[in-house]
Amino acid sequence: MDSHVASTTGASVEEHDHPKHVAHHFDDAHQQFDTGKFGMWMFLITEVMFFAGLFVLYTVFRSNHPEAWQFAAQFLDTKWGAINTVVLLVSSFTVAWAVRNAQLGEKRKMLINLFITLLCAGGFMVIKYIEYSHKIHAGLVFPELEHSLFNPDITAAASAELAAYEHGEIFDKIQALDPVERNWVGKFFSIYFCLTGLHGFHVMAGMVLLSWLILRGMRGDFGPENFNAVDFGALYWHIVDLVWIFLFPLLYLIN
Amino acid sequence: MYDQSQGVNYLNCSKGFWSWFGTLDHKRLGLMYMWSVMGAMLVGGSFAMMMRLELFAPGEQFVNAEAFNQLFTLHGAIMVFLVIIPGVPAALGNFALPLMLGAKDVAFPKLNRLSYHLWVVGAIFFVGVLLSSGLDTGWTFYAPYSTVNNQTAVVWAVFGAFFLGFSSIFTGINFIATIHKMRPPGMTWFKLPLFCWALYATAIMQILATPVLGITLLLIGVENLLGVGIFNPALGGDPVLFQHLFWFYSHPAVYIMVLPPLGIISELIATYSRKHIFGYRFIAMSSVAIALVSFIVWGHHMFTSGQSPLTSIVFSAITFFVAIPSAIKVFNWVATLYKGSIVMKAPMIYALSVIWLFGIGGMTGLWLTTLQQDIHLHDTYFVVAHFHFVMVGTAIFAMLGGMHHWWPKMFGRMYPEKLAQLSSTLTFIGFNLAFLPQFVAGTQGMPRRYFDYAPRFEIYNQISTIGAAFIGASMLLTLWYLLWAIKKGKPAPANPWGAVTLDWQMPPIPGPHNFEEAPVVGDPYDMELFTWSEEEGGFVPRNPVPGNPYQAMPRSESEEVPHA
Repeated sequence: MDSHVASTTGASVEEHDHPKHVAHHFDDAHQQFDTGKFGMWMFLITEVMFFAGLFVLYTVFRSNHPEAWQFAAQFLDTKWGAINTVVLLVSSFTVAWAVRNAQLGEKRKMLINLFITLLCAGGFMVIKYIEYSHKIHAGLVFPELEHSLFNPDITAAASAELAAYEHGEIFDKIQALDPVERNWVGKFFSIYFCLTGLHGFHVMAGMVLLSWLILRGMRGDFGPENFNAVDFGALYWHIVDLVWIFLFPLLYLIN
Repeated sequence: MYDQSQGVNYLNCSKGFWSWFGTLDHKRLGLMYMWSVMGAMLVGGSFAMMMRLELFAPGEQFVNAEAFNQLFTLHGAIMVFLVIIPGVPAALGNFALPLMLGAKDVAFPKLNRLSYHLWVVGAIFFVGVLLSSGLDTGWTFYAPYSTVNNQTAVVWAVFGAFFLGFSSIFTGINFIATIHKMRPPGMTWFKLPLFCWALYATAIMQILATPVLGITLLLIGVENLLGVGIFNPALGGDPVLFQHLFWFYSHPAVYIMVLPPLGIISELIATYSRKHIFGYRFIAMSSVAIALVSFIVWGHHMFTSGQSPLTSIVFSAITFFVAIPSAIKVFNWVATLYKGSIVMKAPMIYALSVIWLFGIGGMTGLWLTTLQQDIHLHDTYFVVAHFHFVMVGTAIFAMLGGMHHWWPKMFGRMYPEKLAQLSSTLTFIGFNLAFLPQFVAGTQGMPRRYFDYAPRFEIYNQISTIGAAFIGASMLLTLWYLLWAIKKGKPAPANPWGAVTLDWQMPPIPGPHNFEEAPVVGDPYDMELFTWSEEEGGFVPRNPVPGNPYQAMPRSESEEVPHA
């Protein structure tokens, strides 16, 4: 922004006595912070609406076939889900602490807290990877994929492969269902992958954001005068956490 | 004439491709949006012309059924996602909103630039649709059409619309933050120009509704790529759920398209009647009311989808409420015209056209709201005519009116008035010729979305095609003289129309940062503040703010304006 302003109007901007971190179109740092925070909250509203579409699908499908969903949820690993919940809660705590550190000008502590948050995010994705690969190997995936237990035209080869996985426990349970029920159980996993996949994308976006904050923090950009980016980044991270707080019981704890 | 040689303005302050494509200036972004939207409009418009030519006579002329399906799909998708939705808010709104507010820029200039770049990405995806050819789902991407046929083209299109959606969301966030936080001292909520109110109401819908479209289209994309089985009935999915989610966005989207244009009309009617707008607060609140009601009426697109009769009755009943705030606007415009000193400049011709066209478009909406009537009229040309009266007759006409109105402020040059009057009148005549007969054909049962029709509908289609030719010709004429005016037009005075909103209380071409100091804010419709000056060839403040010849000193309600 600054370079653009300087190149376009030359001397006229120099008259402003703005600190460097305040953009030219704001009167002061306070207005800039206020506006940024307001904008961030509105972005979070759009994020909530973005997930809302999927939550509506979840609600409709589940209320149509509650028993199928109860049955399907047994294949999710509550242990991993619970660990991930704790991981995200810890990360929300550390990112909130990092904001406080930034406000107080404690650069080292802020960087440590941001780094722990980033580690937690990475840990979350690793656990998600373990869970996903288990589901994919077991064939609990989208009905049109070749290695899917819910594929109505599943090939004999794929079927044999899936039956061999983990002594065929999952295979047998799904095969015992009648086709209509199986379809509804399959819908659960479609929704599961869409919801957690979309959430996972948001976690990864959060990791990029946190890394950017760490880099800027190391450069010494943040302090009591300017902690806007840390504050807004933390807000985003909280909504990612909050979505998971809803996803965990809705998917793992159906009983 | 004001001194044009005073130096730096936003157009000449820097040069080169990146100084435009990478700019953070809301005015430059507004102009780039405008050119891009006009380019898309040429493409979408030529598809419309091809359809009208095919429909000139029954039977196959030169376009077969498959090609026709693709034509109407692309015409709809391009016009909705690339033209009308960004047309007024992102193009004219970007240019005018900070100027009208008295702000130096929008709240988040980088986000604003990102919005434009996302528009470009979306447009590139649509080029992908054109190249992969075969998108024939209609612009609505209804499942299961969109999940079984021509999957490549569908994936291109839904991802394109996804990016365009985020472009629109970011514009919305920006405008709400700008209006909340960037107003100068004295600019209270009820001193906002009505165009700003309209943009505000629109932004509410943009940020609440568009994400739902985003996730829905993403799911259609995933459905095509991976077969997730949520909407595709072949895999046990529910296509009606797609319709619900789609219209939860796309009905508010109709008002995203039409509210900002109606805001422009409020500005135009007041300015060219030289009279204070009638019922300011009612017009402002009617925009907000339309935005709120828009979220609970989507089911009226689905009366024939098999949703429960009770649902249809409820949606039908709620939809009638939309008529109230819409009518409030029209009545207030007419009341503003009453005893005004009406100046028939081209923007006013467009504005008066909109009162007529929006009147018809809105009233026929009530026919379609009526449940039992809609069962008969659903998917006929009556519906096509209805939404063209609103989408084109209101949105595009108001956009053209706004473009003429702000052209002098954008480029510092006047457009040729006589030609503009001619072409706006021709467009109006052409539009009525093109779409009024479609109401008749529709009530008699001519179905939409076919390349062929029964011979008894021939006369309506022929009139319609002739009307379309009028529109096409006058649009090309308009494009030509507007471009001509940028180079050769008469230099514009600072305030050629005597408008009082802050965008007209500044030099003929705004400087890069709009206002050096926060402007003095008064009633945006106090027309007495400006008076015609033969010498300047435009309007000048009767009582200028000391040190600023462009700004009029506002007055309190009782105060007389001293005559200069």
